Amino acid sequence: MRTDIVIKAESLTKKFGAFTAVDNISFEVYKGEIFGFLGANGAGKTTAMRMLCGLSIPSSGEANIARFDVYKETEKIKSSIGYMSQKFSLYEDLTIVENINFFGGIYGLSDAELKEQSNILIERLGLKINANKLVGELPLGWKQKLAFSVAIIHKPSIVFLDEPTGGVDPITRRQFWDLIYEAAENGITVFVTTHYMDEAEYCNRVSMMVDGKIAALDSPSNLKREYNAETMDEVFYILARQAKRQSD
Amino acid sequence: MKQLIVFIKKEFKHVFRDNKTLLMLFGLPIAQIVLFGFALTNEIKNSKIIICDYAQDVSSLQITERISKSKNFEIKKTIIDKGQIEESFKEGDVKLVVVFPVNFHNDLYHKNKAQVQVIADASDPNTASTLTAYINFIVGSYQQEINNGTDGAIKIIPEIRMLYNPELKGATNFVPGVMALVLLLVCVLMTSVSIVKEKEKGTMEVLLVSPMNPFTVIIAKAIPYFFLSLINLTVILLMSIYLLDMPMNGSLILLYFVSSILILCALSLGLLISNVTETQQAAMLISLMAMLLPTVMLSGFMFPLENMPLPLQVVSNILPSKWYYIIVKSIMIKGLGLMSIWKETLILTFMTIGLLFISFRKFNIRLQ
Repeated sequence: MRTDIVIKAESLTKKFGAFTAVDNISFEVYKGEIFGFLGANGAGKTTAMRMLCGLSIPSSGEANIARFDVYKETEKIKSSIGYMSQKFSLYEDLTIVENINFFGGIYGLSDAELKEQSNILIERLGLKINANKLVGELPLGWKQKLAFSVAIIHKPSIVFLDEPTGGVDPITRRQFWDLIYEAAENGITVFVTTHYMDEAEYCNRVSMMVDGKIAALDSPSNLKREYNAETMDEVFYILARQAKRQSD
Repeated sequence: MKQLIVFIKKEFKHVFRDNKTLLMLFGLPIAQIVLFGFALTNEIKNSKIIICDYAQDVSSLQITERISKSKNFEIKKTIIDKGQIEESFKEGDVKLVVVFPVNFHNDLYHKNKAQVQVIADASDPNTASTLTAYINFIVGSYQQEINNGTDGAIKIIPEIRMLYNPELKGATNFVPGVMALVLLLVCVLMTSVSIVKEKEKGTMEVLLVSPMNPFTVIIAKAIPYFFLSLINLTVILLMSIYLLDMPMNGSLILLYFVSSILILCALSLGLLISNVTETQQAAMLISLMAMLLPTVMLSGFMFPLENMPLPLQVVSNILPSKWYYIIVKSIMIKGLGLMSIWKETLILTFMTIGLLFISFRKFNIRLQ
């Protein structure tokens, strides 16, 4: 399993003028892995993720996403990844089915596939009675689960989740992570940023960004052993304290 | 292509599910037309006028008597010095002066024709044209009476002068202005707000991560508003022609063609605004400030451009609405064809291309 590399970054750097937001980071993510991408606010997580998604062109360094080059093959990258942003990103004035049809449609799913996928998805989330309700009327937890399901509706090889569980209650978060595990079991690589350290424990491997650099990268248990910590929380504090940059 | 269709469908749903958007889209134009069209053309009663009577004879007194009986007029005073006319107008309450020349009665019965001069304060064009029409009617009926119903040997020729606003910009001149205003406002506002809304809600990010081409996003945003604006234009035109008696002397196809250019121009302006703003409120504010005020003030339909200071006249040239206003007037009122308005159309086209170019470039840069 560990042989199949889906994300490979080498000396990836992004500068905005004199400010180096992402400073020479290198890492690999394997197929079917749940990869936690942690760091304090302003550490450079979002910028790094934007480069990996093909939204931002790196200043220097190399990166391959699903074997596609971030400089030359952004269009191919975009077709093979899913993305869920920290803001709720479905249309609240469209119904559940309409949202599924829209996002499936822009990823090029055929009508037959759309129909099949939306049936499976609605069934799995238990949203059948609500299928023709406007998304805006759903509780936040449901919205997030729906947003995640929509983000992987085109069966991408990687899904990027940018703080997906912000503002969601613990039970829904737990259910959300069940969905993430399910996706990973189906071979979708999950690249997730989070502020919740209990969620970091759920990841296969975790990287910690401090001042634009990757300060640590290992499985949660190895990290705890290395930093002699009880929880990921402590690991985070130990590493984040080294930061010289002002967080925002 | 499928992406485009899916996207356009989505845009229409956004519009039809939001009452505020619908109201702005269709309520605003109707309100504007009604406001500008009707509020300014009511019947005018008891307007103060001055009679300047050099003749002081039977005929002039008879006409004066009829005028004084009319409920539309109230004769403020009778004078015999033309020099006082200008002064009375400047005082503000006098709207009209009727001048009877010397020998009015004599001319009327011996030369069979006499002149009566009507001078109106046309700074309020609607009032001026309505008042002169009333005078014309009174003089006309008097003429008919002294001719005893026979085919008029005797003629009274009213000579009308519009002071301050010789072109007499009035209701018919408002409509083209309102058309420009509404099309610009609605298109700019709608596109900028709808794009910024996606940014604000975070859906834009998702769209940009998707394999959808950014230009497809722009086009998909533009197409629904383009069509809705054409419907809007049709509503405005129907209202202007059937409710406000606006003439339609030129080619309808030409009018739609030029309007399409203006709509495109407005759409690209909206796109441009959406590129530089982050919130819906900001987009709305900029759209209103950048479109509403200059269009109302400087495109020539509210205030005559000729009377403005030179710098403002120069500034007015960069407004698409100014050129569109000239074109619409030429087509609808004067019935002119493309040959006469090609210059204005060309300017409008170049503006549109320029704006489209800038906003496309900006949109592209923002992705990097």
